[in-house]
Amino acid sequence: MAAEGSSSIDALAQFQLHTTLGPLGASVNFTQANLMMVVASLGVLALLYIGMKPRAMVPGRLQAAAEMGYEFVLSMCTEQIGPEGRRYFPLVFTIFFFILFGNLLGVFPYFFTFTSHIMVTLALSVFVFVLVTIVALKEHGLHFFSYFLPEGIPTILAPLMVAIEIISYFSRIISLSVRLFANMMAGHVMLEVFGAFIIMLGGLGLLGFIPAALSLGVNTLLIGFELLVATLQAYVFAVLTCIYLHDAVHLH
Amino acid sequence: MTRPRRIIPLLAAGFGSLLLVPAAAWAEGMPQLNFSTPLTISQVVWGAIIFVVLYILLARGGLPLVGSVLEERAAKIGKDLEEARAAKVRADAGMAEADQATAKARAEAQAAINAAVDQAKKAAAAQTEALNARLDKQLHDSEAQIAQARTGAMSALRQVATETAATVIDRLTGSAPDTGRLDQAIGSALASRGIG
Repeated sequence: MAAEGSSSIDALAQFQLHTTLGPLGASVNFTQANLMMVVASLGVLALLYIGMKPRAMVPGRLQAAAEMGYEFVLSMCTEQIGPEGRRYFPLVFTIFFFILFGNLLGVFPYFFTFTSHIMVTLALSVFVFVLVTIVALKEHGLHFFSYFLPEGIPTILAPLMVAIEIISYFSRIISLSVRLFANMMAGHVMLEVFGAFIIMLGGLGLLGFIPAALSLGVNTLLIGFELLVATLQAYVFAVLTCIYLHDAVHLH
Repeated sequence: MTRPRRIIPLLAAGFGSLLLVPAAAWAEGMPQLNFSTPLTISQVVWGAIIFVVLYILLARGGLPLVGSVLEERAAKIGKDLEEARAAKVRADAGMAEADQATAKARAEAQAAINAAVDQAKKAAAAQTEALNARLDKQLHDSEAQIAQARTGAMSALRQVATETAATVIDRLTGSAPDTGRLDQAIGSALASRGIG
């Protein structure tokens, strides 16, 4: 996250991909983003496997955390989707914790935020979109297409409404992916900018110390804000997945 | 439920677009859109593999593990509650039984007391009756004895009176009275006094 050169701030260099794990990683184009995905996945698995190891009647801290995560996502599924939500619970759990751990890991210095890449979030949202559409077609067959024509619409307006509904249906891909990507990227750009301020202003001598200290304060606040955004965006992604699945299962 | 469902995406979209402004400023040459390097796409391929592996591990292992612990706990709590409920039922039954036994014992004691009192009353009545009967008999016997003694005394009175009268007359007159007349006179004298 270091600024390159004192005159200009290159806030985007942090998002550049490079291969990791030496020549082996380079030979299969394994990037640092993928390494962070593995770390995030191991983190989720460790939370569950290590946390649940005691199988205690009265859970300890880690076990309580694992159980709370489980019950939080489970209640989200059953509340948003309905009783059928249990079927999609493992998927929503995976999506939520994959994104949550990815976002949170990004806050650590020198760590990479894989959710700050539009291609990654786009892949996730396309996956959710395709899944939701398949579920809807499986549940309702061709009747699913009535979703695009809300009831009680005058016949004259029907073509317009269908067009709008289809556009809004497909825009889910964009809104879902861009929301997560933009939030994560913007936060890290801000951190980078204020981090560069600290170095640049601190290098100016006595006069620069005060604004440098202010920048440090801003960055401290931003870290807290990033923790909030990381959690919130993971929740939003998961809850929207649930809402889309609800629409797919129940059609409105 | 419908309101938050409509509001959440709206809020999130608004929030997202707000943060898009600084992002758009750097849109030129964003590394995220640099497709000249194969890494931009390869990370997605690797990401898909990692995601699928994570999903399988969670769906097959991790989540059922948590679920089993939660189920175990729910079952244990349910069982304990059931046991407590059963114990309460047993305690209530024991309580009712004890109450019943107390009531029964009280009734039995009351019956025994009543029976004893009855018996005592009967015995006392029988004793009184026997005593009365004996006293009555004694009374009768005594009355009979008195009557007998009286009759005896009365019958002796005539003879005594006759003899006395004969002696008195013999002394006064010097001659023995006519037995027949004397006897008749005594008889009438006794009858006039209500005796004999």
